[in-house]
Amino acid sequence: MPTMINLTIDQEPIQVPAGTTVLKAAEQLGIHIPRLCYHPNLSLEGACRVCVVQVEGFNHFLTACGQEVWEGMAVQTNSPQIRQARRDIVELLLDNHPKDCQTCDRDGQCELQKQAYRLGIRERLFEGKRKCYPVDDSSASVVRTPEKCILCGRCVRVCEEVQGVHNLSQHGRGFETVVGPANLAHMDDSACIMCGQCINVCPTAAFLEKDHTERVWDALSLPRGLKHIVVQPAPSIRAAIGECFGMPIGTPVTGKLVTALRRLGFDAVFDTNFGADLTIIEEASEFLRRMGGEGPLPLLTSCSPGWVNFLEKFYPEMIPFTSTCKSPMSMLSTLMKTYYAEKKGLKPEEIYVVAIMPCVAKKYEAARPEHAMADGTPYTDAVLTTRELAWMIKSYGIDFVNLPDGEFDRPLGISSGAADIFGATGGVMEAALRTAAVKLTGEELGPLVFEDVRGVTGLKEATIHIAGIDVNIAVSNGLTNAKTILDKIKKGDKQYHLVEIMACPGGCVAGGGQPYPPLDMDVLDPQLPMLRSKALYQIDSDKQLRRSHENPAIEHLYQDYLGEPNGEKAHHLLHTHYQASLPRGIR
Amino acid sequence: MTTDNWSEIKAACEAALPADVVAFIARHQGTVHSESQLIAILHMVQASSGYLSREQMNAVAQLAQIPLAKVTGVATFYHYFRLHPRGKHMINVCLGTACYVKGADKIGQRLMSDLGIHFGETTKDGLFSLESTRCLGTCGLAPVIMIDDQVHGPVTPGDITTILDKYVKKSKGPKAPVQI
Repeated sequence: MPTMINLTIDQEPIQVPAGTTVLKAAEQLGIHIPRLCYHPNLSLEGACRVCVVQVEGFNHFLTACGQEVWEGMAVQTNSPQIRQARRDIVELLLDNHPKDCQTCDRDGQCELQKQAYRLGIRERLFEGKRKCYPVDDSSASVVRTPEKCILCGRCVRVCEEVQGVHNLSQHGRGFETVVGPANLAHMDDSACIMCGQCINVCPTAAFLEKDHTERVWDALSLPRGLKHIVVQPAPSIRAAIGECFGMPIGTPVTGKLVTALRRLGFDAVFDTNFGADLTIIEEASEFLRRMGGEGPLPLLTSCSPGWVNFLEKFYPEMIPFTSTCKSPMSMLSTLMKTYYAEKKGLKPEEIYVVAIMPCVAKKYEAARPEHAMADGTPYTDAVLTTRELAWMIKSYGIDFVNLPDGEFDRPLGISSGAADIFGATGGVMEAALRTAAVKLTGEELGPLVFEDVRGVTGLKEATIHIAGIDVNIAVSNGLTNAKTILDKIKKGDKQYHLVEIMACPGGCVAGGGQPYPPLDMDVLDPQLPMLRSKALYQIDSDKQLRRSHENPAIEHLYQDYLGEPNGEKAHHLLHTHYQASLPRGIR
Repeated sequence: MTTDNWSEIKAACEAALPADVVAFIARHQGTVHSESQLIAILHMVQASSGYLSREQMNAVAQLAQIPLAKVTGVATFYHYFRLHPRGKHMINVCLGTACYVKGADKIGQRLMSDLGIHFGETTKDGLFSLESTRCLGTCGLAPVIMIDDQVHGPVTPGDITTILDKYVKKSKGPKAPVQI
């Protein structure tokens, strides 16, 4: 039993365990103390001072986020002086912030803006020097706008504590403090792995995704027939985009998503799920070959481009273990400009491929030379995040919530439930196990649900018994967890066979391109990926087809075009390679 | 074929730092809180080269396994660390209370315009670096400037050109005989 502490907050007596902070204790009484730098899933920073409270016996204010309670403490969270102090603090932050809310990407979703409104700031009284820095849009994925930074340090903490990348730090001091990568170099010249978690935790628009909406509008407004414009949304989009239109978290909206994409003017609406099923066929074959002694074990998955960047910068010695399979997006884009182009009688350059991803690292993946045709044009022409697509839908005047359900086009829109769950952490593993179990036992009806790999825990390990073989598996999300498992593999304590690694905490459903959560939820709250994953598992269990290899369109694709899984043609089109890249990250 | 680039990186980093710094880092690696040696390491590097180059900071980061963003964050936080090579002559303008009251800001202005640099910078020819300092303890001579280890004071803005010229001539003039 922890020691219990008695205190009063705003004259209300309360008893909480020792070590509780004033901010947490107040929450138990239904008192919400305003905060900006504080984040429940990150370490304490105490930088913004917005959460100040008055404590009896002190003639200065204390910060509620970091102050632990003591016996007999008397806290006042509301008084004219405190309200004034909080207002002054936020006013001073605003004074050093651009006055461009109306034209800012985060208008309406900005925590600074909300805080200013809540605290009753209705005019800007202070006029002082304002910091001026150029926008850094050097990265293919993440745009940094230091002028909008309020130095809360959340990005620094998420990059270090959740992702283990340590790419960001405060530089300089006082008024001249700037948050940025080492040497304040460009983002594309840094250890950034482009996961975009800094975008998600940023209270303002100091970090944003690289905009691809412009190029997609341009493509969609070309004279009809000039280009055949195709689109593919990732599994996670259907579980999250509804939130942007006020639907509850975890509402599956596959049909509405398809209709919205059609109304935007795409000529064909395909499904990244098809690519996911294909990935499973290729990856399961690769896995079975390695289990048979061809190549090293464990096999590490390769769907997450943030993880691939991390691999190349932080763990290049693990490259031989990593699956050479392209990601579902890149597999499908490749097929769109080869197989599909041939079928339609189109030249590859007549097809324009747009991918909708929960991810900002996909923008970089799409631009990688490994994923381009011989003449240098990329297989994927544009990558929109869920947020970008939601904005386009709103901007186009589409009433998303009331849309009728649509259906994906054939053949590249047919998929199994195994593909839907790719968006959840453990989903790729489960999908692979469903197919591997059938291939290993030769029985058509292997197990479907692998409970051990479900749930949003950062690191899961299990031993699965298939056909008399013990398959040791591990599933990780968030790159600090990836580090743990990679270091274990390197130490050789245990022989793992198959390891799924996703860069983002909670998997793709909580990716760097997903909707900002509603006001009452924090972005790293495990509830968020849990609810979104639930939607994906629901879609999966409602489907007739549950195993990737049962997808008839995939079967047909191999017979008609690719030949054997892992065969020469499949290898040429669906696989890639990796190499150590600089700057080398410190792990 | 190895896909690891660590041995090349390690070799390049070791070559970028003085041997005693490499040895110091190696000695502390693996000890508890070895990252707390960062400031000590940066001091050693600056003592040997006069400033911290990007290459050296990167080498420190890799060898001590401290994230580079942290290294450059610390290096830019403390005024003591220099990120650019310093000039042959170091000019320190005292901005302590007495000197300030006696017009040190005007001395600073004059130095900046004569040298064409700001505080914290070095002239293109590498001859002068300009810095500010707090009280040099010679308030009786206020306002003072210190060039290398020589105190000049009291100085007026009008004296600056003459004082600088002496140093320019010294460095351009015939080589002084070697004193034994």
